[in-house]
Amino acid sequence: MSTFKIFVSLIKVGLKVTLEVTFFAVILALLLGFVFGLARMSKFKVIRFIAGVYIEVFRGTSLLVQLFWIYFALPILGIRLSALTTGILAIGLNYGAYCSEIVRTAIQNVPTGQTEAGIALNMTKTQRMTKIIIPQAFVMMLPNLGNQLIELLKSTSLVSMITLTDLTYQANILNSATFETTKVYTMLLVIYFIIALPLSKGMKLLEAKVSEGRA
Amino acid sequence: MEPIVSYQDVTKTYGDLKVLQDIDFNIYPGEKVALIGPSGSGKTTLARLLMTLERPDSGTIKVNGENLWQEKVNGKLVKAKEKHLHEMRKNIGMVFQHFYLFPHMNVLNNVTEAPTTVLGLSKEEAEQQAVEMLEKVGLSDKLDDYPSQLSGGQKQRVAIARALVMKPNIMLFDEPTSALDPELVGEVLDVIKEIASEDDMTMLLITHEMEFAREIADRIAFFNDGVIAEQGEPDELMNHPKTPRLQSFLSRVNS
Amino acid sequence: MWNWKYAFSILPKILSALKITIGATFVAFLLALVLGLILSVLVRSKVKIVSLVVRGFSQFIKTTPLLVQLYFIFYVFPKIGISLKPFTAGVLGLGVHYSTYLSEVFRSGIESVPAGQWEVAKALNFSRSQTWMKIILPQVIPPIIPVIGNYLITMFKETPQLSAITLVEILQTAKILGASSFRYLEGFTIVGIIFLLLSYPSSQLIKKLESRLRTEN
Repeated sequence: MSTFKIFVSLIKVGLKVTLEVTFFAVILALLLGFVFGLARMSKFKVIRFIAGVYIEVFRGTSLLVQLFWIYFALPILGIRLSALTTGILAIGLNYGAYCSEIVRTAIQNVPTGQTEAGIALNMTKTQRMTKIIIPQAFVMMLPNLGNQLIELLKSTSLVSMITLTDLTYQANILNSATFETTKVYTMLLVIYFIIALPLSKGMKLLEAKVSEGRA
Repeated sequence: MEPIVSYQDVTKTYGDLKVLQDIDFNIYPGEKVALIGPSGSGKTTLARLLMTLERPDSGTIKVNGENLWQEKVNGKLVKAKEKHLHEMRKNIGMVFQHFYLFPHMNVLNNVTEAPTTVLGLSKEEAEQQAVEMLEKVGLSDKLDDYPSQLSGGQKQRVAIARALVMKPNIMLFDEPTSALDPELVGEVLDVIKEIASEDDMTMLLITHEMEFAREIADRIAFFNDGVIAEQGEPDELMNHPKTPRLQSFLSRVNS
Repeated sequence: MWNWKYAFSILPKILSALKITIGATFVAFLLALVLGLILSVLVRSKVKIVSLVVRGFSQFIKTTPLLVQLYFIFYVFPKIGISLKPFTAGVLGLGVHYSTYLSEVFRSGIESVPAGQWEVAKALNFSRSQTWMKIILPQVIPPIIPVIGNYLITMFKETPQLSAITLVEILQTAKILGASSFRYLEGFTIVGIIFLLLSYPSSQLIKKLESRLRTEN
């Protein structure tokens, strides 16, 4: 089988799932990242604690362990999820924990003078957050979030291990079928690289756009 | 007498800026030469070219009659390689405006590191020479201290000891006191004066301390816009500046 | 639901596989350190081709999944005559993958050493390697130890991927046990707890180290 045919076959069968998982996991991770990042700074000890537990558990246990746990162990407790849902959920939860730390440190790194200026102008906490703090924190977060995005894309390859037909799973199938091992896995690496390029380019453009006019 | 250092037609450009323009300049053995002039006039660059920190764009620099930036290979002059530069550097030492002490070593080790690593001296020999040198600069009680614990003046004196212990016969001082608080300047100038009193040490001193330059220099050269605008004996130069540039420079500096 | 008897019965088997997990982590980490340092020096090379190739290689490895690289080493290398055991292939893949991250850490550490240090080393006539060994590296290493420590913990958590190339570390052990007993809950939970018990205190230690380093400066 020619290299080109292998390339096409991988893309036809596996690309959709890889992109699907990436897309939905990113949304979940960002959502959780903001919610728990802010929760970690809550004035209520209980909320801070719960957020802390979530973050430490999902950062401290391995993603693949989380994937396997949700796919194989959860059914025993009565919850059976599809491989696709498992993939999105596990990756989203895992990266949500990392993103929440990024969100939290960015917000905490906005100079306190900004908050004080907001108070002096009689803004409420919510107004200060939405108008002053988060816009500035957002610029600081972008590079790190961009890195997480690429890491997340790479991690989608793990869903192949819970039999989800992503690019990697398809590559393994092709390898068994054609024995064109070198071509298959080389093409696989190249495809992931090609997908990552526009993502990091896009993030760089976003970073540049948001810091327009700033020092 | 043959010059110990000789610049012939030396040019150095950074981007669009010609920092040194066709410089011809000689320094004689045992001479103490002070370079004065406004910032950016090229004085520091002159010293850095000699210390091999930067390469001249054109021209020749000779040390002890030998070409610094070129070497003879098979009878032809080619671009000098590191081995040649390493050999030439043995004669030259430099003290920097910002000291550049090694932060991860105490004072004694700062001074012994180069003798042991570069010259291959034994630990005992290096320490003996280092202690002597540190005594000379008045810091024999600070051997175990780390740079972060020292004042600016003390740091610079350690830097001087560190350079001297390598026994160069040409010493370059690039604005040694410009980064110091005023009250710490004197202790460093005293050390430099002591070094200057040694007849065989050739010194190139870049400084804004005019009185000090007048005191220790055999000759002062005034740099402006990449050329040596005027040079001569200290008293003559400073009391009777011939060029308007030097006149205005001196009046600004003395005000 | 949860069966304590079963959980305790499989604990010894899982713990004995922990040796493999930890062993693979440390060997890969050592490889990543050495290779990362080499890459960070090479990328600064004045020979344009060298720095370009090194940069391109690092970028490619860093941007593509570790899992696929593991498959590549384990399944493709034999085609050119290099057949590696799962442990070796796993350590090689994990080590090379993370060397690209560590080289970034080393590179930024090297770049944060003031330029004056390089200059004064030249003035004192230190050779290039003497400058690196005696002046530059001793200043680079202490501040980056916390970051590197965190990468050790990260690599530890990546070891389960090595099960894909048949290395029987703790996750694979739990999977095998689960497959034969049809009980996955206890095994995978235990493995998760082991990871948490080892990585959480370690990362707390590193946080403490970091804050101590910061106050020292």
